[in-house]
Amino acid sequence: MKPAVAQFPLALRLVHWLMAILVIAMLFIGVGMVSTVSELRTWLIDLHRPLGILILCLAALRVCLRLTGRTPPLPDDLPIWQKAAAYASHLVLYALMFALPLVGWTMLSAGGYPIILFGTVHLPPLGPVDPTLFSLLRRAHTLLAFLLFLTILAHLGAALFHAWIRRDGVFRSMVPWR
Amino acid sequence: MNRTASTLLLRLALIGVILLVFTAGFAFAAGWLSPHRLTPADIVDSLQINSGVHPGFRRAHAKGLCIEGTFQANGNGTALSKARVFTAGDVPVIGRFSTGGGQPDAPDGRLVFHAIALSLTQANGETWRMALDDTPIFVVATPRAFRDFQLATAPDPATGKPDPVRTRDFLADHPETRVFMDWMRDQPLPSSFANGTYYSINAFRFTDAAGETRHVRWSLVPETPFEALDKSTLATLSPDFLFEDVVHRLRQGPLRWHMIVTVAQPGDPVDDATKPWPADRRQVDVGTLTINRAAAEENGACRNITFDPLILPSGISPSDDPLLPARSGVYAVSLTRRDGEPVDPSAASKNPEIRRGAP
Repeated sequence: MKPAVAQFPLALRLVHWLMAILVIAMLFIGVGMVSTVSELRTWLIDLHRPLGILILCLAALRVCLRLTGRTPPLPDDLPIWQKAAAYASHLVLYALMFALPLVGWTMLSAGGYPIILFGTVHLPPLGPVDPTLFSLLRRAHTLLAFLLFLTILAHLGAALFHAWIRRDGVFRSMVPWR
Repeated sequence: MNRTASTLLLRLALIGVILLVFTAGFAFAAGWLSPHRLTPADIVDSLQINSGVHPGFRRAHAKGLCIEGTFQANGNGTALSKARVFTAGDVPVIGRFSTGGGQPDAPDGRLVFHAIALSLTQANGETWRMALDDTPIFVVATPRAFRDFQLATAPDPATGKPDPVRTRDFLADHPETRVFMDWMRDQPLPSSFANGTYYSINAFRFTDAAGETRHVRWSLVPETPFEALDKSTLATLSPDFLFEDVVHRLRQGPLRWHMIVTVAQPGDPVDDATKPWPADRRQVDVGTLTINRAAAEENGACRNITFDPLILPSGISPSDDPLLPARSGVYAVSLTRRDGEPVDPSAASKNPEIRRGAP
């Protein structure tokens, strides 16, 4: 009999994979839309704003699920530095899931842009019109996005390492099936 | 090597390949593998090569004056677009007069176009931004041609003047630019910001309440009678004569323009800003723009606004004109760069007449 594999709660696992798809799509949309003057730019930006807000809402939901649900522990035999790296990278991922949409929203507010979700549905500005703040946040939005990409890259590498090399149940703890 | 070790190596290699493909996809999306892809930053760079870098100022139309007023819709526009701005009534307007080019201290007598930019805020909070020139046609049709035009007409460091060979080569490839330059040379230009007609440059789509969409362009036609600029006296005029003039006029009273929407017929060029539409197209007067205040950029409300022509209310949407997404992207890059820079007041802002503003 195989030892029982402790998994994250189902809701958390589903939100994880949904957000994985959305966040990765967002990163590609983000770097793509600012890299071109073609009509793709307009189309991608119109997608970028509502997706960002959706990710912000999902991140809030996810924190609630994470704080209320039971989470499986990392394997006892995992080296301490790997445990530390896991905790730190998860913290960075959570922080960026909030920071990127909030920086984007505040940035558009500071730049005097309307924050259009779709059609006539607008969000209120999240701060004053402030040129210096706009320029700062605009650059920060890009840097944080690159940081998020690198953290996801490390996360993906570590997940596959657990799945295929260590085969210690860590990957299984997050798969959407039982 | 035993079988287990080779399996592990294979799996490690697979992980490496997956991460590499993922990163390569990201790099491709970002354009890092496509040096030919034209970015908004490339175009802003070309403007900076053409005009130099003037920290804190817009990279194009650098010299300007803030204005304020209202747009009073007469209700006729509701037949063309469901945008709330066309419902009879007033909306507040913040705007900016500017001259073309990227030098904030250039004399107004240079034969470049005059422009007006507006930000209209509807009662429901939606915003309509626009930036209009006083030429019915634009100098180039595509973003790439715009970039190439900036580079071809950039001053040669050795002579301080554009390289005639590069300019000639560009014009040989771009007859539409020659048409524009001939137009600028031959047409009488307005003597004032007040008596100029301003054009939307690009076509847009208007969608009415029934969902029907039409391509339109629009213009602002002045109530002030046209007077031609005397091109022979330009050298003797104050370097800020256009801005001084409009401030003086606004101290006397408000200035008004009618917003005239021109509706395209099937077959009219709606994705090429260098091509005029036939003169007999249906025109609708949708309301009156009244400008009654002016302030130097430093004190004015317009400085922090980017007049991105794709900031549109529901009921107005972009056409397929390739210049539109490029304008939006270029204005955003210009905003990011200038907003991060310390700014010295321009000569126009230090001019006491302009500083005093109006009324």
